[in-house]
Amino acid sequence: MAAPLQRRGLIAEGIVLTLICLFCVFPFYWMVTTSLKTQVVALQSPPAWLFTPTLANYWEVLFEDKVGRSLINSMIVSISTTTLAILLGCPAAYALARFEFRGKTDLWFWFITNRFVSPVVLAFPVFLISREIGLRDTHLALILMYLTFTLPIVIWICTDQFRSIPRELDEAAMLEGASQWRIFRSICLPLAMPGVAVSAILSFIFSWNELLFAYILAPKAAKTAPAMAVTFMEGYNVPFGKIMATSTLIVIPVLIFALLASKHLVRGLTMGAVK
Amino acid sequence: MSTRIPRRTIAAFLGPAVFALAVVGIVPLLYALWKSLHYFNLTKLAQSRFVGLDNYAFVLTDWVFWQAMGRTATLFIIAVPVQIALGLVMALVLHRPGLTLWKTLTRLSLVLPMATTYAVVGLLAQVMLNLKYGVINQMLGWIGIDPINFIGDPTNAFLAVILWDIWQWTPFVALVLLAGLSTVPPEIEEAAQLETKSNWTILRHVQLPYLIPSLVAVLILRTADTLKLFDMVFTMTRGGPGAATEFIAVLIERVGNRQFDIGMASAQSIIMLAITIVLARIYLRLFYREVR
Repeated sequence: MAAPLQRRGLIAEGIVLTLICLFCVFPFYWMVTTSLKTQVVALQSPPAWLFTPTLANYWEVLFEDKVGRSLINSMIVSISTTTLAILLGCPAAYALARFEFRGKTDLWFWFITNRFVSPVVLAFPVFLISREIGLRDTHLALILMYLTFTLPIVIWICTDQFRSIPRELDEAAMLEGASQWRIFRSICLPLAMPGVAVSAILSFIFSWNELLFAYILAPKAAKTAPAMAVTFMEGYNVPFGKIMATSTLIVIPVLIFALLASKHLVRGLTMGAVK
Repeated sequence: MSTRIPRRTIAAFLGPAVFALAVVGIVPLLYALWKSLHYFNLTKLAQSRFVGLDNYAFVLTDWVFWQAMGRTATLFIIAVPVQIALGLVMALVLHRPGLTLWKTLTRLSLVLPMATTYAVVGLLAQVMLNLKYGVINQMLGWIGIDPINFIGDPTNAFLAVILWDIWQWTPFVALVLLAGLSTVPPEIEEAAQLETKSNWTILRHVQLPYLIPSLVAVLILRTADTLKLFDMVFTMTRGGPGAATEFIAVLIERVGNRQFDIGMASAQSIIMLAITIVLARIYLRLFYREVR
Protein backbone atom coordinates (compact mmCIF):
# COMPACT_ATOMS: atom_id res chain seq x y z
CA MET A 1 0.00 0.00 0.00
CA ALA A 2 1.23 3.49 -0.79
CA ALA A 3 1.13 4.96 2.71
CA PRO A 4 2.14 8.57 1.86
CA LEU A 5 -0.53 8.68 -0.82
CA GLN A 6 -3.11 7.49 1.67
CA ARG A 7 -2.03 10.09 4.20
CA ARG A 8 -2.29 12.81 1.58
CA GLY A 9 -5.79 11.55 0.84
CA LEU A 10 -6.69 11.83 4.51
CA ILE A 11 -5.35 15.38 4.71
CA ALA A 12 -7.35 16.37 1.63
CA GLU A 13 -10.41 14.80 3.19
CA GLY A 14 -9.80 16.69 6.43
CA ILE A 15 -9.59 19.95 4.48
CA VAL A 16 -12.84 19.22 2.65
CA LEU A 17 -14.56 18.40 5.94
CA THR A 18 -13.28 21.63 7.50
CA LEU A 19 -14.56 23.61 4.51
CA ILE A 20 -18.00 22.00 4.84
CA CYS A 21 -18.11 22.88 8.55
CA LEU A 22 -17.05 26.46 7.86
CA PHE A 23 -19.63 26.76 5.08
CA CYS A 24 -22.38 25.70 7.50
CA VAL A 25 -21.25 27.44 10.65
CA PHE A 26 -19.71 30.72 9.49
CA PRO A 27 -23.02 32.64 9.10
CA PHE A 28 -23.85 31.72 12.71
CA TYR A 29 -20.44 32.93 13.87
CA TRP A 30 -21.06 36.18 12.05
CA MET A 31 -24.57 36.50 13.48
CA VAL A 32 -23.39 36.06 17.07
CA THR A 33 -20.36 38.36 16.74
CA THR A 34 -22.43 41.08 15.03
CA SER A 35 -24.97 40.85 17.85
CA LEU A 36 -22.16 41.72 20.27
CA LYS A 37 -21.15 44.85 18.35
CA THR A 38 -22.28 48.40 19.07
CA GLN A 39 -23.95 50.18 16.15
CA VAL A 40 -20.72 52.14 15.54
CA VAL A 41 -18.64 48.96 15.31
CA ALA A 42 -21.30 47.18 13.25
CA LEU A 43 -21.21 50.01 10.70
CA GLN A 44 -17.45 49.91 10.24
CA SER A 45 -16.33 49.44 6.68
CA PRO A 46 -14.62 47.06 6.13
CA PRO A 47 -16.28 45.00 8.87
CA ALA A 48 -14.35 44.48 12.10
CA TRP A 49 -13.30 40.98 13.13
CA LEU A 50 -11.81 42.03 16.48
CA PHE A 51 -13.69 44.36 18.80
CA THR A 52 -14.79 44.71 22.41
CA PRO A 53 -18.01 42.72 22.77
CA THR A 54 -21.04 44.20 24.51
CA LEU A 55 -24.36 42.72 25.57
CA ALA A 56 -26.13 46.07 25.16
CA ASN A 57 -28.04 44.90 22.06
CA TYR A 58 -29.55 42.01 24.00
CA TRP A 59 -30.75 44.24 26.83
CA GLU A 60 -32.24 46.70 24.36
CA VAL A 61 -34.14 44.19 22.25
CA LEU A 62 -35.35 42.16 25.21
CA PHE A 63 -36.61 44.99 27.36
CA GLU A 64 -37.17 48.00 25.11
CA ASP A 65 -38.24 46.47 21.81
CA LYS A 66 -40.64 43.81 23.09
CA VAL A 67 -38.62 40.96 21.61
CA GLY A 68 -38.89 39.27 24.99
CA ARG A 69 -42.66 39.41 24.71
CA SER A 70 -42.59 37.97 21.19
CA LEU A 71 -40.32 35.14 22.32
CA ILE A 72 -42.86 34.29 25.01
CA ASN A 73 -45.61 34.37 22.36
CA SER A 74 -43.57 32.04 20.17
CA MET A 75 -43.05 29.73 23.12
CA ILE A 76 -46.79 29.65 23.96
CA VAL A 77 -47.81 29.01 20.37
CA SER A 78 -45.15 26.39 19.59
CA ILE A 79 -45.62 24.41 22.79
CA SER A 80 -49.42 24.49 22.57
CA THR A 81 -49.60 23.45 18.96
CA THR A 82 -47.08 20.67 19.55
CA THR A 83 -49.05 19.35 22.52
CA LEU A 84 -52.28 19.49 20.56
CA ALA A 85 -50.72 17.78 17.55
CA ILE A 86 -49.41 14.97 19.78
CA LEU A 87 -52.77 14.53 21.52
CA LEU A 88 -54.68 14.40 18.23
CA GLY A 89 -52.02 12.70 16.14
CA CYS A 90 -50.99 9.74 18.29
CA PRO A 91 -54.38 7.98 18.35
CA ALA A 92 -54.77 8.63 14.61
CA ALA A 93 -51.31 7.23 13.93
CA TYR A 94 -52.16 4.18 16.04
CA ALA A 95 -55.34 3.62 14.01
CA LEU A 96 -53.43 3.94 10.74
CA ALA A 97 -50.79 1.50 11.95
CA ARG A 98 -53.09 -1.13 13.45
CA PHE A 99 -56.62 -1.07 12.01
CA GLU A 100 -57.86 -2.06 8.57
CA PHE A 101 -60.63 0.03 7.11
CA ARG A 102 -61.88 1.31 3.80
CA GLY A 103 -60.36 4.53 2.51
CA LYS A 104 -57.27 4.16 4.66
CA THR A 105 -54.82 4.91 1.87
CA ASP A 106 -56.76 7.98 0.78
CA LEU A 107 -56.93 9.27 4.31
CA TRP A 108 -53.22 8.76 4.67
CA PHE A 109 -52.52 10.59 1.40
CA TRP A 110 -54.64 13.47 2.56
CA PHE A 111 -52.78 13.79 5.86
CA ILE A 112 -49.44 13.79 4.12
CA THR A 113 -50.45 16.10 1.25
CA ASN A 114 -50.65 18.93 3.77
CA ARG A 115 -46.85 18.93 3.74
CA PHE A 116 -47.08 20.42 0.26
CA VAL A 117 -49.69 23.12 0.79
CA SER A 118 -48.19 26.58 0.91
CA PRO A 119 -49.35 28.60 3.94
CA VAL A 120 -50.05 31.54 1.62
CA VAL A 121 -53.01 29.55 0.24
CA LEU A 122 -54.65 29.30 3.67
CA ALA A 123 -53.50 32.57 5.22
CA PHE A 124 -56.01 34.96 3.61
CA PRO A 125 -59.18 32.93 4.09
CA VAL A 126 -58.13 32.30 7.69
CA PHE A 127 -57.42 35.99 8.10
CA LEU A 128 -61.00 36.80 7.02
CA ILE A 129 -62.56 34.02 9.09
CA SER A 130 -60.59 34.88 12.22
CA ARG A 131 -61.70 38.49 11.88
CA GLU A 132 -65.32 37.37 11.76
CA ILE A 133 -65.13 35.10 14.79
CA GLY A 134 -62.86 37.29 16.88
CA LEU A 135 -59.74 35.13 16.71
CA ARG A 136 -57.59 37.71 14.97
CA ASP A 137 -54.35 38.43 16.75
CA THR A 138 -54.78 35.61 19.25
CA HIS A 139 -52.49 32.73 20.11
CA LEU A 140 -55.35 30.33 19.41
CA ALA A 141 -55.56 31.25 15.71
CA LEU A 142 -51.86 30.47 15.25
CA ILE A 143 -52.00 27.33 17.38
CA LEU A 144 -54.82 25.96 15.22
CA MET A 145 -53.26 26.93 11.90
CA TYR A 146 -49.94 25.39 12.82
CA LEU A 147 -51.75 22.06 13.07
CA THR A 148 -51.76 22.04 9.26
CA PHE A 149 -48.10 21.07 9.33
CA THR A 150 -47.50 19.71 12.85
CA LEU A 151 -50.30 17.14 12.71
CA PRO A 152 -49.10 15.46 9.47
CA ILE A 153 -45.58 15.22 10.88
CA VAL A 154 -46.75 13.63 14.12
CA ILE A 155 -49.01 11.23 12.24
CA TRP A 156 -46.30 10.24 9.81
CA ILE A 157 -43.55 9.60 12.32
CA CYS A 158 -45.76 7.94 14.92
CA THR A 159 -47.49 5.66 12.37
CA ASP A 160 -44.06 4.40 11.46
CA GLN A 161 -43.18 3.95 15.11
CA PHE A 162 -46.40 2.08 15.99
CA ARG A 163 -45.87 -0.26 13.02
CA SER A 164 -42.50 -1.25 14.40
CA ILE A 165 -44.07 -2.50 17.65
CA PRO A 166 -44.71 -6.27 17.43
CA ARG A 167 -48.39 -7.10 17.07
CA GLU A 168 -48.02 -10.11 19.38
CA LEU A 169 -48.07 -7.68 22.29
CA ASP A 170 -51.51 -6.31 21.38
CA GLU A 171 -52.84 -9.76 20.62
CA ALA A 172 -51.79 -11.06 24.00
CA ALA A 173 -53.46 -8.10 25.66
CA MET A 174 -56.57 -8.60 23.57
CA LEU A 175 -56.85 -12.19 24.77
CA GLU A 176 -56.72 -10.81 28.30
CA GLY A 177 -59.74 -8.76 27.35
CA ALA A 178 -58.11 -5.32 27.15
CA SER A 179 -59.94 -2.71 25.09
CA GLN A 180 -58.23 -1.08 22.08
CA TRP A 181 -57.94 2.16 23.98
CA ARG A 182 -56.27 0.39 26.87
CA ILE A 183 -53.83 -1.42 24.54
CA PHE A 184 -53.00 1.93 22.96
CA ARG A 185 -52.58 3.76 26.26
CA SER A 186 -50.81 1.14 28.35
CA ILE A 187 -48.82 -0.94 25.86
CA CYS A 188 -48.17 0.77 22.55
CA LEU A 189 -47.89 4.41 23.54
CA PRO A 190 -45.12 3.87 26.14
CA LEU A 191 -43.19 1.80 23.60
CA ALA A 192 -43.67 4.48 20.93
CA MET A 193 -42.27 7.25 23.10
CA PRO A 194 -39.06 7.72 21.05
CA GLY A 195 -41.14 8.44 17.95
CA VAL A 196 -43.46 10.72 19.90
CA ALA A 197 -40.48 12.67 21.24
CA VAL A 198 -38.94 13.08 17.80
CA SER A 199 -42.20 14.25 16.25
CA ALA A 200 -42.70 16.68 19.14
CA ILE A 201 -39.25 18.19 18.58
CA LEU A 202 -39.87 18.51 14.85
CA SER A 203 -43.30 20.09 15.39
CA PHE A 204 -41.75 22.56 17.79
CA ILE A 205 -39.02 23.50 15.32
CA PHE A 206 -41.43 24.00 12.42
CA SER A 207 -43.92 26.04 14.48
CA TRP A 208 -41.17 28.14 16.00
CA ASN A 209 -39.79 28.98 12.54
CA GLU A 210 -43.12 29.81 10.89
CA LEU A 211 -43.45 33.36 9.57
CA LEU A 212 -46.25 33.75 7.03
CA PHE A 213 -49.26 32.81 9.20
CA ALA A 214 -47.75 34.73 12.10
CA TYR A 215 -47.15 37.83 10.01
CA ILE A 216 -50.68 37.92 8.57
CA LEU A 217 -52.74 36.59 11.48
CA ALA A 218 -51.00 38.05 14.53
CA PRO A 219 -49.84 41.62 13.89
CA LYS A 220 -49.72 42.90 17.46
CA ALA A 221 -50.59 41.22 20.74
CA ALA A 222 -49.79 37.66 19.67
CA LYS A 223 -46.83 38.61 17.46
CA THR A 224 -44.24 35.84 17.36
CA ALA A 225 -40.47 36.28 17.29
CA PRO A 226 -39.91 35.75 13.53
CA ALA A 227 -42.63 38.31 12.75
CA MET A 228 -40.94 40.65 15.22
CA ALA A 229 -37.63 40.29 13.40
CA VAL A 230 -39.30 41.44 10.19
CA THR A 231 -40.30 44.79 11.66
CA PHE A 232 -36.66 45.72 12.28
CA MET A 233 -36.07 45.92 8.57
CA GLU A 234 -38.51 48.77 8.23
CA GLY A 235 -37.06 52.27 8.27
CA TYR A 236 -33.73 53.62 7.08
CA ASN A 237 -31.27 53.31 9.92
CA VAL A 238 -30.98 49.54 10.02
CA PRO A 239 -29.74 48.49 13.47
CA PHE A 240 -27.51 45.56 12.52
CA GLY A 241 -26.48 44.68 16.09
CA LYS A 242 -30.05 44.60 17.34
CA ILE A 243 -31.27 42.56 14.37
CA MET A 244 -28.57 39.99 14.93
CA ALA A 245 -29.21 39.90 18.69
CA THR A 246 -32.87 39.18 17.97
CA SER A 247 -31.90 36.58 15.37
CA THR A 248 -29.57 34.88 17.83
CA LEU A 249 -32.30 34.73 20.46
CA ILE A 250 -34.72 33.25 17.91
CA VAL A 251 -32.31 30.71 16.52
CA ILE A 252 -30.76 29.34 19.73
CA PRO A 253 -33.71 27.19 20.92
CA VAL A 254 -34.21 25.81 17.41
CA LEU A 255 -30.58 24.88 16.99
CA ILE A 256 -30.50 23.11 20.36
CA PHE A 257 -33.55 21.05 19.40
CA ALA A 258 -32.17 20.43 15.93
CA LEU A 259 -28.94 19.04 17.36
CA LEU A 260 -30.93 16.87 19.79
CA ALA A 261 -32.98 15.43 16.94
CA SER A 262 -30.22 15.68 14.34
CA LYS A 263 -30.64 12.07 13.21
CA HIS A 264 -34.34 12.58 12.57
CA LEU A 265 -34.49 16.10 11.20
CA VAL A 266 -34.05 14.97 7.60
CA ARG A 267 -36.71 12.31 8.14
CA GLY A 268 -39.09 15.00 9.35
CA LEU A 269 -38.32 17.37 6.50
CA THR A 270 -38.88 14.67 3.90
CA MET A 271 -41.93 13.25 5.69
CA GLY A 272 -40.19 9.90 5.75
CA ALA A 273 -39.20 9.58 2.11
CA VAL A 274 -35.71 9.12 3.54
CA LYS A 275 -35.11 7.18 6.70
CA MET B 1 -55.27 -13.59 13.41
CA SER B 2 -57.32 -10.60 12.50
CA THR B 3 -60.02 -9.31 14.75
CA ARG B 4 -62.74 -7.07 13.42
CA ILE B 5 -62.36 -3.68 14.96
CA PRO B 6 -65.73 -1.97 15.41
CA ARG B 7 -66.17 1.12 13.26
CA ARG B 8 -66.95 3.11 16.39
CA THR B 9 -63.50 2.39 17.80
CA ILE B 10 -61.77 3.37 14.56
CA ALA B 11 -63.78 6.59 14.41
CA ALA B 12 -62.88 7.39 18.00
CA PHE B 13 -59.17 7.07 17.28
CA LEU B 14 -59.19 8.93 13.97
CA GLY B 15 -62.07 11.34 14.45
CA PRO B 16 -60.37 14.13 16.38
CA ALA B 17 -57.38 14.37 14.04
CA VAL B 18 -59.53 14.22 10.91
CA PHE B 19 -61.91 16.83 12.30
CA ALA B 20 -59.09 19.17 13.32
CA LEU B 21 -57.29 18.91 10.00
CA ALA B 22 -60.55 19.40 8.11
CA VAL B 23 -61.31 22.56 10.08
CA VAL B 24 -57.88 24.14 9.63
CA GLY B 25 -57.01 22.67 6.24
CA ILE B 26 -60.18 22.29 4.21
CA VAL B 27 -62.58 24.95 5.48
CA PRO B 28 -60.18 27.83 4.64
CA LEU B 29 -59.55 26.24 1.27
CA LEU B 30 -63.27 26.17 0.45
CA TYR B 31 -63.54 29.74 1.65
CA ALA B 32 -60.64 30.72 -0.63
CA LEU B 33 -62.35 28.93 -3.51
CA TRP B 34 -65.54 30.92 -2.81
CA LYS B 35 -63.69 34.23 -2.51
CA SER B 36 -61.74 33.55 -5.70
CA LEU B 37 -65.05 33.82 -7.56
CA HIS B 38 -65.59 37.33 -6.22
CA TYR B 39 -64.20 40.76 -6.62
CA PHE B 40 -63.19 41.25 -3.00
CA ASN B 41 -60.88 44.05 -1.97
CA LEU B 42 -60.58 44.98 1.70
CA THR B 43 -60.26 48.68 0.87
CA LYS B 44 -63.25 48.63 -1.53
CA LEU B 45 -65.70 46.41 0.30
CA ALA B 46 -68.68 48.24 -1.17
CA GLN B 47 -67.72 47.04 -4.65
CA SER B 48 -67.60 43.36 -3.63
CA ARG B 49 -69.48 41.20 -6.11
CA PHE B 50 -69.64 37.76 -7.68
CA VAL B 51 -67.54 37.70 -10.84
CA GLY B 52 -67.47 34.00 -11.70
CA LEU B 53 -64.22 32.87 -13.24
CA ASP B 54 -63.03 36.41 -14.08
CA ASN B 55 -60.23 36.31 -11.52
CA TYR B 56 -58.94 33.04 -12.95
CA ALA B 57 -59.12 34.37 -16.49
CA PHE B 58 -57.18 37.42 -15.36
CA VAL B 59 -54.52 35.47 -13.45
CA LEU B 60 -53.98 32.92 -16.21
CA THR B 61 -53.30 35.68 -18.71
CA ASP B 62 -51.52 37.94 -16.24
CA TRP B 63 -47.94 38.67 -17.20
CA VAL B 64 -46.99 39.48 -13.58
CA PHE B 65 -48.22 36.10 -12.35
CA TRP B 66 -46.36 34.12 -15.00
CA GLN B 67 -43.24 36.21 -14.48
CA ALA B 68 -43.33 35.29 -10.80
CA MET B 69 -43.84 31.64 -11.78
CA GLY B 70 -40.97 31.95 -14.22
CA ARG B 71 -38.72 33.41 -11.53
CA THR B 72 -39.66 30.59 -9.20
CA ALA B 73 -38.84 28.06 -11.91
CA THR B 74 -35.55 29.81 -12.71
CA LEU B 75 -34.54 29.73 -9.05
CA PHE B 76 -35.31 26.02 -8.98
CA ILE B 77 -33.46 25.28 -12.21
CA ILE B 78 -30.30 27.08 -11.10
CA ALA B 79 -30.22 26.32 -7.38
CA VAL B 80 -31.25 22.66 -7.27
CA PRO B 81 -28.58 21.25 -9.64
CA VAL B 82 -25.91 23.14 -7.66
CA GLN B 83 -27.37 21.79 -4.41
CA ILE B 84 -27.36 18.26 -5.81
CA ALA B 85 -23.80 18.51 -7.16
CA LEU B 86 -22.37 20.04 -3.95
CA GLY B 87 -24.54 17.84 -1.77
CA LEU B 88 -23.37 14.72 -3.58
CA VAL B 89 -19.71 15.67 -3.06
CA MET B 90 -20.37 16.27 0.64
CA ALA B 91 -22.28 13.00 0.96
CA LEU B 92 -19.54 11.01 -0.80
CA VAL B 93 -16.85 12.47 1.47
CA LEU B 94 -18.91 11.73 4.58
CA HIS B 95 -19.67 8.23 3.34
CA ARG B 96 -16.00 7.23 3.19
CA PRO B 97 -14.68 5.34 6.20
CA GLY B 98 -12.19 6.93 8.61
CA LEU B 99 -11.95 10.26 10.49
CA THR B 100 -15.10 9.25 12.36
CA LEU B 101 -15.17 11.99 14.98
CA TRP B 102 -14.48 14.69 12.41
CA LYS B 103 -17.29 13.33 10.25
CA THR B 104 -19.75 13.22 13.13
CA LEU B 105 -19.01 16.90 13.81
CA THR B 106 -19.46 17.76 10.14
CA ARG B 107 -22.76 15.92 10.06
CA LEU B 108 -23.95 17.88 13.09
CA SER B 109 -22.96 21.17 11.48
CA LEU B 110 -24.90 20.16 8.36
CA VAL B 111 -28.06 20.03 10.44
CA LEU B 112 -27.84 23.71 11.41
CA PRO B 113 -28.69 25.63 8.20
CA MET B 114 -31.91 23.74 7.42
CA ALA B 115 -33.21 24.14 10.97
CA THR B 116 -32.50 27.86 11.12
CA THR B 117 -35.58 30.07 11.16
CA TYR B 118 -36.06 31.01 7.51
CA ALA B 119 -36.80 34.62 8.37
CA VAL B 120 -33.47 34.85 10.21
CA VAL B 121 -31.67 33.40 7.19
CA GLY B 122 -32.97 36.36 5.18
CA LEU B 123 -31.83 38.84 7.84
CA LEU B 124 -28.39 37.22 7.87
CA ALA B 125 -28.22 37.82 4.13
CA GLN B 126 -29.03 41.50 4.66
CA VAL B 127 -26.18 41.84 7.12
CA MET B 128 -23.57 39.68 5.42
CA LEU B 129 -24.22 40.80 1.84
CA ASN B 130 -24.45 44.52 2.60
CA LEU B 131 -22.62 46.65 0.04
CA LYS B 132 -20.56 48.63 2.55
CA TYR B 133 -20.63 46.73 5.82
CA GLY B 134 -21.05 43.17 4.58
CA VAL B 135 -18.45 40.53 5.36
CA ILE B 136 -18.96 38.76 2.01
CA ASN B 137 -17.91 41.86 0.11
CA GLN B 138 -14.92 42.16 2.44
CA MET B 139 -13.92 38.58 1.57
CA LEU B 140 -14.42 39.24 -2.14
CA GLY B 141 -12.09 42.22 -1.67
CA TRP B 142 -9.38 39.87 -0.35
CA ILE B 143 -9.35 38.04 -3.66
CA GLY B 144 -9.48 41.28 -5.63
CA ILE B 145 -13.16 41.50 -6.53
CA ASP B 146 -14.87 44.88 -6.23
CA PRO B 147 -17.79 45.09 -3.80
CA ILE B 148 -21.04 43.83 -5.30
CA ASN B 149 -24.35 45.53 -4.60
CA PHE B 150 -26.15 42.29 -3.80
CA ILE B 151 -29.42 43.57 -2.40
CA GLY B 152 -29.84 46.80 -4.36
CA ASP B 153 -29.37 45.57 -7.91
CA PRO B 154 -32.13 43.47 -9.56
CA THR B 155 -29.88 40.81 -11.12
CA ASN B 156 -27.59 40.57 -8.10
CA ALA B 157 -30.50 40.36 -5.69
CA PHE B 158 -31.80 37.38 -7.64
CA LEU B 159 -28.34 35.82 -7.51
CA ALA B 160 -28.15 36.54 -3.78
CA VAL B 161 -31.41 34.67 -3.18
CA ILE B 162 -30.06 31.72 -5.19
CA LEU B 163 -26.81 31.83 -3.21
CA TRP B 164 -28.65 31.86 0.09
CA ASP B 165 -31.02 29.11 -0.96
CA ILE B 166 -27.95 27.07 -1.85
CA TRP B 167 -26.44 27.78 1.58
CA GLN B 168 -29.54 26.74 3.44
CA TRP B 169 -30.50 23.63 1.46
CA THR B 170 -27.27 22.07 0.20
CA PRO B 171 -26.66 20.47 3.63
CA PHE B 172 -30.18 19.04 3.50
CA VAL B 173 -29.53 17.53 0.07
CA ALA B 174 -26.20 16.19 1.35
CA LEU B 175 -27.85 14.43 4.29
CA VAL B 176 -30.64 12.99 2.12
CA LEU B 177 -28.08 11.64 -0.35
CA LEU B 178 -25.93 10.34 2.50
CA ALA B 179 -28.94 8.39 3.75
CA GLY B 180 -29.32 7.07 0.21
CA LEU B 181 -25.66 6.02 0.08
CA SER B 182 -26.02 4.08 3.31
CA THR B 183 -28.64 1.86 1.62
CA VAL B 184 -25.97 0.45 -0.72
CA PRO B 185 -25.13 -3.01 0.65
CA PRO B 186 -21.51 -2.84 1.91
CA GLU B 187 -20.60 -6.20 0.27
CA ILE B 188 -21.49 -4.82 -3.16
CA GLU B 189 -19.53 -1.64 -2.55
CA GLU B 190 -16.47 -3.58 -1.33
CA ALA B 191 -16.63 -5.97 -4.26
CA ALA B 192 -16.74 -3.02 -6.64
CA GLN B 193 -13.76 -1.42 -4.93
CA LEU B 194 -11.75 -4.59 -5.61
CA GLU B 195 -12.77 -4.47 -9.28
CA THR B 196 -11.98 -0.85 -10.03
CA LYS B 197 -10.05 2.07 -8.56
CA SER B 198 -12.21 4.66 -10.27
CA ASN B 199 -14.55 6.33 -7.80
CA TRP B 200 -16.52 7.63 -10.75
CA THR B 201 -17.25 4.13 -12.04
CA ILE B 202 -18.37 3.05 -8.58
CA LEU B 203 -20.64 6.08 -8.28
CA ARG B 204 -22.10 5.62 -11.74
CA HIS B 205 -22.69 1.87 -11.71
CA VAL B 206 -22.91 0.84 -8.07
CA GLN B 207 -24.13 3.74 -5.95
CA LEU B 208 -26.31 5.69 -8.39
CA PRO B 209 -29.07 3.06 -8.63
CA TYR B 210 -29.46 3.26 -4.84
CA LEU B 211 -29.44 7.05 -4.95
CA ILE B 212 -32.34 7.38 -7.38
CA PRO B 213 -35.09 7.40 -4.69
CA SER B 214 -33.23 10.07 -2.70
CA LEU B 215 -32.66 12.14 -5.81
CA VAL B 216 -36.32 12.02 -6.76
CA ALA B 217 -37.26 12.94 -3.18
CA VAL B 218 -34.90 15.91 -3.32
CA LEU B 219 -36.34 17.06 -6.64
CA ILE B 220 -39.96 16.94 -5.56
CA LEU B 221 -39.41 18.36 -2.06
CA ARG B 222 -37.30 21.19 -3.41
CA THR B 223 -40.07 21.88 -5.95
CA ALA B 224 -42.69 22.11 -3.21
CA ASP B 225 -40.46 24.23 -0.98
CA THR B 226 -39.46 26.55 -3.81
CA LEU B 227 -43.14 27.14 -4.56
CA LYS B 228 -43.60 27.92 -0.84
CA LEU B 229 -40.51 30.09 -0.58
CA PHE B 230 -41.52 33.22 1.27
CA ASP B 231 -39.87 33.89 4.64
CA MET B 232 -36.28 34.14 3.52
CA VAL B 233 -37.01 36.33 0.50
CA PHE B 234 -39.41 38.51 2.46
CA THR B 235 -36.87 39.41 5.14
CA MET B 236 -34.07 39.71 2.61
CA THR B 237 -35.50 41.76 -0.27
CA ARG B 238 -39.29 42.02 0.16
CA GLY B 239 -39.48 40.84 -3.46
CA GLY B 240 -37.45 43.79 -4.69
CA PRO B 241 -35.74 45.72 -6.02
CA GLY B 242 -38.70 46.32 -8.31
CA ALA B 243 -40.07 42.83 -8.75
CA ALA B 244 -36.68 41.16 -9.24
CA THR B 245 -37.12 38.62 -6.46
CA GLU B 246 -40.90 38.42 -6.42
CA PHE B 247 -41.38 34.66 -6.31
CA ILE B 248 -44.85 33.19 -6.48
CA ALA B 249 -45.60 33.12 -2.73
CA VAL B 250 -44.23 36.65 -2.31
CA LEU B 251 -46.44 37.88 -5.17
CA ILE B 252 -49.55 36.33 -3.62
CA GLU B 253 -48.70 37.87 -0.25
CA ARG B 254 -48.30 41.29 -1.89
CA VAL B 255 -51.58 41.08 -3.78
CA GLY B 256 -53.52 39.90 -0.72
CA ASN B 257 -51.77 41.64 2.15
CA ARG B 258 -50.44 44.83 0.63
CA GLN B 259 -52.96 45.46 -2.18
CA PHE B 260 -55.79 43.94 -0.14
CA ASP B 261 -57.16 42.23 -3.26
CA ILE B 262 -58.11 38.99 -1.56
CA GLY B 263 -60.31 37.73 -4.40
CA MET B 264 -57.37 37.88 -6.80
CA ALA B 265 -54.90 36.47 -4.28
CA SER B 266 -57.26 33.57 -3.69
CA ALA B 267 -57.45 32.79 -7.42
CA GLN B 268 -53.66 32.93 -7.63
CA SER B 269 -53.20 30.66 -4.66
CA ILE B 270 -55.76 28.14 -5.94
CA ILE B 271 -53.89 27.92 -9.24
CA MET B 272 -50.62 27.50 -7.35
CA LEU B 273 -52.25 24.85 -5.16
CA ALA B 274 -53.39 22.95 -8.25
CA ILE B 275 -49.80 22.87 -9.49
CA THR B 276 -48.58 21.80 -6.04
CA ILE B 277 -51.13 19.00 -5.75
CA VAL B 278 -50.21 17.55 -9.12
CA LEU B 279 -46.60 17.45 -7.97
CA ALA B 280 -47.53 16.05 -4.56
CA ARG B 281 -49.51 13.23 -6.14
CA ILE B 282 -46.53 12.30 -8.27
CA TYR B 283 -44.36 12.31 -5.16
CA LEU B 284 -46.77 10.19 -3.13
CA ARG B 285 -47.18 7.74 -6.02
CA LEU B 286 -43.44 7.32 -6.14
CA PHE B 287 -42.74 6.95 -2.45
CA TYR B 288 -45.68 5.82 -0.43
CA ARG B 289 -46.70 2.78 -2.41
CA GLU B 290 -45.84 0.56 0.50
CA VAL B 291 -48.79 1.78 2.58
CA ARG B 292 -50.78 -1.26 3.58
